[in-house]
This record gives sequence, C-alpha cells and structure tokens, in this order.
Amino acid sequence: MTYESLATFAQQGGSAYFALMFAIVCIYALWPKNKKKFDDAALMPLVTDNDAPLIVEK
Amino acid sequence: MSDATLAVPLRLNGLGKPGQRIDVLIVSVICVLGLLWGISATALAHDLGMRVIAAIFTIAFAGGLFAISFAGSKGNLAIDEAVYLDGVIKAGVIAASFWGIVGMLVGVIIASQLAFPDFLYFKEFGFLNFGRLRPIHTSGVIFAFGGNVLIATSFYVVQRTSRARLFGGLLGSFVFWGYNLVIVTAATGYILGVTSGQEYAEPNWVVDIWLTIVWVAYLVVFLGTLWKRKEPHIYVANWFYLAFIVTIAILHLVNNLAVPTSPWSSKAYSLFSGVQNAMTQWWYGHNAVGFFLTAGFLGIMYYFVPKRAERPVYSYQLSIIHFWALIFTYMWAGPHHLHYTALPQWVQTLGMTFSIILWMPSWGGMINGLMTLSGAWDKLRTDPVLRMLVASIAFYGMSTFEGPAMSIRAVNSLSHYTDWTIGHVHSGALGWVGMVSFGALYCLTPWLWKRKRLYSEKLVEAHFWLSTIGILFYITSMWVSGIMQGLMWRAYNEFGFLQYSFVESVKAMKPYYIIRATGGLMFMAGACVMAYNLWRTAKGDVAASEPITEAQEA
Repeated sequence: MTYESLATFAQQGGSAYFALMFAIVCIYALWPKNKKKFDDAALMPLVTDNDAPLIVEK
Repeated sequence: MSDATLAVPLRLNGLGKPGQRIDVLIVSVICVLGLLWGISATALAHDLGMRVIAAIFTIAFAGGLFAISFAGSKGNLAIDEAVYLDGVIKAGVIAASFWGIVGMLVGVIIASQLAFPDFLYFKEFGFLNFGRLRPIHTSGVIFAFGGNVLIATSFYVVQRTSRARLFGGLLGSFVFWGYNLVIVTAATGYILGVTSGQEYAEPNWVVDIWLTIVWVAYLVVFLGTLWKRKEPHIYVANWFYLAFIVTIAILHLVNNLAVPTSPWSSKAYSLFSGVQNAMTQWWYGHNAVGFFLTAGFLGIMYYFVPKRAERPVYSYQLSIIHFWALIFTYMWAGPHHLHYTALPQWVQTLGMTFSIILWMPSWGGMINGLMTLSGAWDKLRTDPVLRMLVASIAFYGMSTFEGPAMSIRAVNSLSHYTDWTIGHVHSGALGWVGMVSFGALYCLTPWLWKRKRLYSEKLVEAHFWLSTIGILFYITSMWVSGIMQGLMWRAYNEFGFLQYSFVESVKAMKPYYIIRATGGLMFMAGACVMAYNLWRTAKGDVAASEPITEAQEA
C-alpha cells in the first residue's frame, strides 16, 4: 500500500464516516417519537425534591 | 475490612460478598505498593528531581494509609446509600478556589516579568525563572483549578441527575486526593527542571503513570454511578463529562508514550520524534482544549445554567446534536497548530477545515445555553451568579468564533507565534472556563454547605466586573500587540530586507504587556474576592448590609 492510496482512503473514508455519523445523530435527535423523552430529559436538572438519592424499595 | 453499611459499593454483578469493602482494599493496596515504590525511589533516585518527587509520593501514601485507618476506626468509611456523597465535592470546591488563586498569581508574576524582566526574579533562586514558572501557571490554572472544578462538579451532577449516591465508596476520595497529588508532584518537578518537554503534558513519566491510575478510578466512579442510576435517561451533562473523562484518558496515554532512561531516573524519551511527535503533541494539545476545557465545562453549562435560571434546557434535541457534532469534529482540529511545517499539506488543510466546521457545534451549544434563559432574562438583573454564567457563554461564543478564523492558513501566517494566540487562549480560558467555573462554585457552595444564600451578592457583583474588565484589558491588548508583532515580523524594506529586528518588536510590545498584566491582576483580585465570599458562605455568615429577605427564606 502506497502513502497516496492510504491517504486517499483516509480522506474519502473519513468524509463518508463523518457524514454518516452526523446523519444518524440528526435522525436520532429529531425523530418525532423521541421528542417526548427528550422534553422530559430537559427538565432533569430542575427536579428539586429533598436532594437525596431515590431509594426504590424491593 | 468490613463495616456495618447499608449497601456495598463495588458489588456489581455479584462481585464481592456483602460486607466486603473492595474499595477500601483497592485503595489500601495502591497506597502500600506506592509507599514501597516511594521509599525505594527516594533511596535509589538518580537525580534530585526524582528523589523529591518520590519523597512527596512516600509522604502522601503514608498519609493516605493513616487517613484510611483513622477514618475506619471512627466509622467514617461507612456508606449510606440514602444520602449523596458531598464531602469530596466540598473538598473540590476548596481545592479549586485555592489552586485558582495560586495559578493566577503565578500568571500575574510571569506576565509582569515580560514587561519588567527583573520583577520578582532573584539570581540566587535561578530555578524560579520564567521558563520554570510558566508551566506552573498553565498547569495550575488548567489542571489544578479547572481539573478540581471538573471533578467536583461532575461528582455533583452525576449524583443528582442519576438520583444515586456516588459509586465506589472510598474511590471518590481517592480520585480527589490522587489528582491533587498529581498536581503537587508535577509542579514540584517543574521547579526542579523535571519536564517531558511536551506543552500542557509536562509531567514526567512517574507522574503520568500515577495520573493514569487516578483517571481509571475516576472513570470507574463515574460509569459506576451512571450504572446504578435511578433515572431511565442519562442527562446530557453526563455525556459531556464522560466524553471528557474518556478522551483525556486516550490523549494522555498516547501523547505520553515514553521510555525512561532508568527506573530510578526522572528522564524519559518520547516514542515519537520529528513531525510525528509534533502531530501527536498537537492532536493532544488541541483536544485538551476541546475535551478538558470545552466538553467538561459544557457539562457544567448544561446543568448549572438551567438549574440557576430555573428553566429547562432550551432544546434538548439540539444538545444531542451539539454533543456528537462537537466530539466528532474536535478530534481532527489539532493540525491547525502546524501550518507551514513538515506536516503533509492535506493534513494541515484537514485541521483547518475541521476547525471551521467547529463553528457550527460551538455556536449551536452557545445558542442552546443562552436561550435556556428564555422567559427568565429578567433574572440577569437580580442574580449576579447567573450573569456570570451567561457572560461565560458569551465568551465561549466569542472565542469559538475567533479560533476557527485563526486556524485559516492565511490568518495563521499572521497570528501564529504572536500574542494574538495568547489573547485567544485567555478569552477562552478566563472568559469561558474561568467564569463558568466561578458561576458553578457560587452555586455549589450554598447548596453543599446548606446555606440559604451566598454571604454577599454585592461581592459577586464586584467579582463579575473585576473579571470582565480584566479580561477585556487582557484580550484587547493582546490583539493589538499580536497583530503588531505579526506585521512587524513580515515587514520588508524596498531592498527585500526585514524592516525590523526581533528586539524592536519586543520593545514595541512593552505597553501592551503592562496592560495585560493589569488585566490579569484584576482577574486574580476577582478570584480572591470569590474565595473570601465562599469562605464566609461556608461558615454560614450573611453580610450585615444584605439581610436575608423573606423570598430567600422560603
């Protein structure tokens, strides 16, 4: 494998990989079904009851 | 060792029996082994640097063993899953305030030495020269101040958003004390001339190995807490903290690959040389900016800004895109430090391109942080702490706009090696990292010490203006000085000779260096005001001129 072929692979493969990952992230973040989950998550810092760990009785 | 504990810390998937304290065992074994190594290395050291570092390790490990036995005998090692582990976070707040002032003080001293070379320089103490003090300043503010802020806030945030006590029992304290031991040994080494010579990665191989051990423990504590979380979703701030922890581990391991000249020598040689070394170093260096000084502190932003403004994150979906775009892009930006070098041209262009792409996630994050105040903008008038947090986000936007511009090859040909770079770094470090950290410390202190309010909001106000004006002095003087420097270096006369000698450009910079040192002094004074305010707050005092109102009472 020459330096040129390795460099070309790194450049083109890298671009494709980067674009693909970004597309997947956007689809995941903007998927309508996920919206409720994310809107709830946005409230997580605001939970203020008694500042103690949640103990779930088994 | 066993304790009457409510639950066992390191018991995941049946590891360990109830009542067995694996965490205490692990920390004790590390301390014993470290103590044995420390005594041997103190005795056999080839050089003074190694001897002093080993002696400090010896004292620390002995102290650690003593502290564990003492705490065990008093029953202080018990783990109560019904309360959060806050002691180590309190220690982190104190350490951050202390190291912040130390690091900034050294910064003010060396900034003054640039204008007045004899200032606080004594021939008899040659080891206190500029070259030895500079890494103490950079490591002091980045790793000692910033690192303690990150460890403390990450422990706070991961517990609250997971609704679970910190995982790993004693490991949390081990991370805090171990990390501060890294700082003390590294700084002592710098004074004694022990350095690996890699910028922002100066600690020598022994300290590097110790940091690796501490960092693995940090990762275990953080992941373990996420593992036992009571909330179904992992909050976005934790993703940023996790990216910070994981990436710093990788960067640290790769950039510090080195072979010591002897097991008892402080000197080691890097596995890389030439352009490979330069590329690895700046892959490390820029990702230290991206993951230590950005991702970690974005974790702070995503928790403390919503909490303080009492508003949900503006767009949680944007925060997810922000996170993944930021971590995927930052990884590639390093080569912009090596324009016009032996690095292949396409790699330089790659670094530049990715730096420009970084505009998008950076500004996406900035907008997300600022817009979190929607519906709560009026709080900026009444809450100086929130104002500090918001100013930090504004500086984040400004420095992440300037950075990509400077990474463009043509701009870089003017800006590189000049004070413009120093100004840029400080608009990010003082404006973004410093102010967001101050904001977080102002939030944490009343929360941790269970106080209704800070000792004085007027002092926060004073701190805000001292820092903001100090930063403006700093960056505007460095813009002028840097661009002037760059223009003087590239000026030719009609015969094709350089128009200015180097020393003429140095002479021309003197007034700007004085302005810069003044700005730094103001910023440091602000940090001192904060430390006083936090100390009085922790003591439970309230400024007589600002009595607690009924609204604060409730």
